[in-house]
Amino acid sequence: MSNIKKYLNKSTSAAPLAVFRIFFGLMLFFSIVRFWAYGWIDKLYIQPKFFFSYYGFEWIKPLGNITYILYGICAISALLVAVGLKYKYAIVTLFLSFTYIELMDKTTYLNHYYFISCVSFLMIFLPANSYFSLDAKLDQKKAFSKIPNWTIDSIKFLLCIVYFYAGLAKLNSDWLIKAMPLKIWLPSKYDLPFLGDLLQQEWVHYAFSWSGALYDLAIPFLLLYKRTRWSAFAMVVIFHLMTRVLFPIGVFPYVMIVSALIFFDARLHQKIIRSISNLFRIKSNSHISYFEENVKKSRSKIPLLVVSTFLVFQLLFPWRYLLYPDELFWTEEGYRFSWRVMLMEKAGYAQFKIKDKKSGEQFFVDNSDFLNPLQEKQMSTQPDFILQYAHYLGEHFKSQGHRNVQVFAESYVALNGRLSDPYINPNIDLMQIEESLRHKDWILPFEDEIKGF
Amino acid sequence: MKYWKLLSVFAILLVIFACTSEDGGPGDNPPTGNDSFDRGAMLANWADNIIVPSFTSFESDAGTLKNATNLFVDAPSVQNLQQLRLLWEKSYVNFQNVAMFDIGKAEEIRFRDRLNIYPTSASKIEGFIANGNYNLELPSTIDAQGFPALDYMINGLGATDTEIVDYYTINANASAYKEYLKTLSETIAQLTTNVLEDWNNGYRDAFVANISSSASGSVDKLANDYIFYFEKSLRAGKVGIPAGVFSNEVLPQKVEAFYKKDISEKLLLESINACKRFFNGGNNGGESFKTYLDFLNTIKNGADLATIINTQFDVALSKANTLNADFTQQIATDNFQMLETYNELQRNVILLKVDMLQALDINVDYVDTDGD
Repeated sequence: MSNIKKYLNKSTSAAPLAVFRIFFGLMLFFSIVRFWAYGWIDKLYIQPKFFFSYYGFEWIKPLGNITYILYGICAISALLVAVGLKYKYAIVTLFLSFTYIELMDKTTYLNHYYFISCVSFLMIFLPANSYFSLDAKLDQKKAFSKIPNWTIDSIKFLLCIVYFYAGLAKLNSDWLIKAMPLKIWLPSKYDLPFLGDLLQQEWVHYAFSWSGALYDLAIPFLLLYKRTRWSAFAMVVIFHLMTRVLFPIGVFPYVMIVSALIFFDARLHQKIIRSISNLFRIKSNSHISYFEENVKKSRSKIPLLVVSTFLVFQLLFPWRYLLYPDELFWTEEGYRFSWRVMLMEKAGYAQFKIKDKKSGEQFFVDNSDFLNPLQEKQMSTQPDFILQYAHYLGEHFKSQGHRNVQVFAESYVALNGRLSDPYINPNIDLMQIEESLRHKDWILPFEDEIKGF
Repeated sequence: MKYWKLLSVFAILLVIFACTSEDGGPGDNPPTGNDSFDRGAMLANWADNIIVPSFTSFESDAGTLKNATNLFVDAPSVQNLQQLRLLWEKSYVNFQNVAMFDIGKAEEIRFRDRLNIYPTSASKIEGFIANGNYNLELPSTIDAQGFPALDYMINGLGATDTEIVDYYTINANASAYKEYLKTLSETIAQLTTNVLEDWNNGYRDAFVANISSSASGSVDKLANDYIFYFEKSLRAGKVGIPAGVFSNEVLPQKVEAFYKKDISEKLLLESINACKRFFNGGNNGGESFKTYLDFLNTIKNGADLATIINTQFDVALSKANTLNADFTQQIATDNFQMLETYNELQRNVILLKVDMLQALDINVDYVDTDGD
């Protein structure tokens, strides 16, 4: 008990958190600008007729052209976080706007967007503006050179969960024994300079699979341990750049590389701050007071309480898949929000039959009338998408004057290179099924076994 | 010291950030190892042994069709009509061998749509003939041109050949009918020449050289075109839609060659065969989806997908072979056989679109956004 108390009272330099705040804000800002510049806001959130919402968040929808304003707010708050101006408001706005954007359509769900939501939530409760920020410069009362140690550790802890759980998820028979899905993904990168030929070799697929799993499991410890830290950081850089070259994963690799800096001690961060100061000609005397021993003491217990609850939640939430029967990769019940990153290859085909219960008249739907190709792709392999879309179709055809509408799905899914199998029970009228967190027994059973996590 | 290490790491990071374009960049480093599959050879086989020969053969047919049309227009008679009809049928059948190659010039000028959108709109055609004011390049005229429009003009105007010929002789507007008929055949010939010339003047080399694994690469694009054709034009267009799969009732007026009637099955069989031949890399079996899948299977040790797909092609062919030559007849007497044929074609859609594309790691109608 006294150890815990001692730990919680320990303070440390505020520099690492300040550097993290700057890079996190900038990365996010550029990521939003990039998203906007590629025209993805229009393509993904304005053009589609229909959006797939998350269970319990059905009220969150794209806002038409106002979606651009939302992105603008998100980008500005990211910049404000970076420079540390009106930090409290900025980080709350950033968390809310970014999370709202992510909840608009689960078609675009990515683990790294979830990661950004998690980090920005965490940062609401951290004193990231105590040091080298405009807030601290403008108001000396807000300036501190030292902050509670646990605040920095909470970010490290979250990063460790992300890596370690991503590693655990790879400990399954498809990944380790069959080298799947890398056996599918790597040969298709035949046109990479230097690597193209190598990626056709079977041993390379195994080497990538095993070293990838090992990397994820070991890197948290290698970063935590001082003597291995620099080589661990080199591995972080190499690993994430490799994934950047091989897969279309946007800015995520850079976010992870920059985040890993938090594991270094304050001297490095002081140097980074000094070089930023030099770059922008920020006079050193303007933040001279930071070097006085000026410890931030938290008056309230709430931040600590929220952060520790949040981290416990993060520890437990990914295990919810254990509550469901059948294969996780097949049903995807408990798959999202669990750091299962680039883990499986799934392709599907789903067509929907609209039937009049009384007359028996029936016809099939052309999915491209309602969904864009990305939505159709995501829909065809995930049961919760299929159910939501079936209801949408049912309501649509009811409003068109059809009566006694039943909706049946005929679908096939191929998982990790297995031959495609029927996916959804074609005899179930999906209009009769309501979305819930219970097991979806209308998914046909997986005809194989994948061992492991 | 460590500060400099950090700086250099960021420098490398920046360089790589700048160098990796979003699409993976153009790949001009053909893999040469013996143990990797040569996509360039596959593209060359597709272009040189399938696509260009098919267009060359079809262009010749389209030219003959144009001449026969001119002959008929110059001297409308039952005999010349029958001759024209024979050549129309021959080139319509041969068109099935090029319809799937909706890439390059063909994609640019909407070749397949302009040659074979059906059902054709008889009222639109009659309207164009009556007021003589039309531009077949407009998308709105898509259902008033191509083979289906010719079908109406030489098979659908009257109940007998004499009645049809009358439209081009004693009809008050005979010259307009002749003019429209001529324009239809000329357009088909001209569009085909445009596409073939493009292949012969540079596009072939660009197509073969573009072995990039990205969505803009030739393999990726043509694979998507091929599957789109098989799913939408062949499975749905030729069989599913008229058999009422997508509607509450059967739609026999939507069969291919509705006015000629007795060649719908022939057109279907030709197009399934063309798809099968393309899958196997032509008659001589060069590098193709089949050999590509076989190569990947040496890595994967999975199910023999190429054989499964070929078997399914054969099942679909033998099912289609039992159908009436005239699909309107088939639908009226025993539509169940149409639905059965549809189901066999559907099985191959799943094998091609789900299993084959997964094996080849090609995205369906790629949307360029991030994944994780």
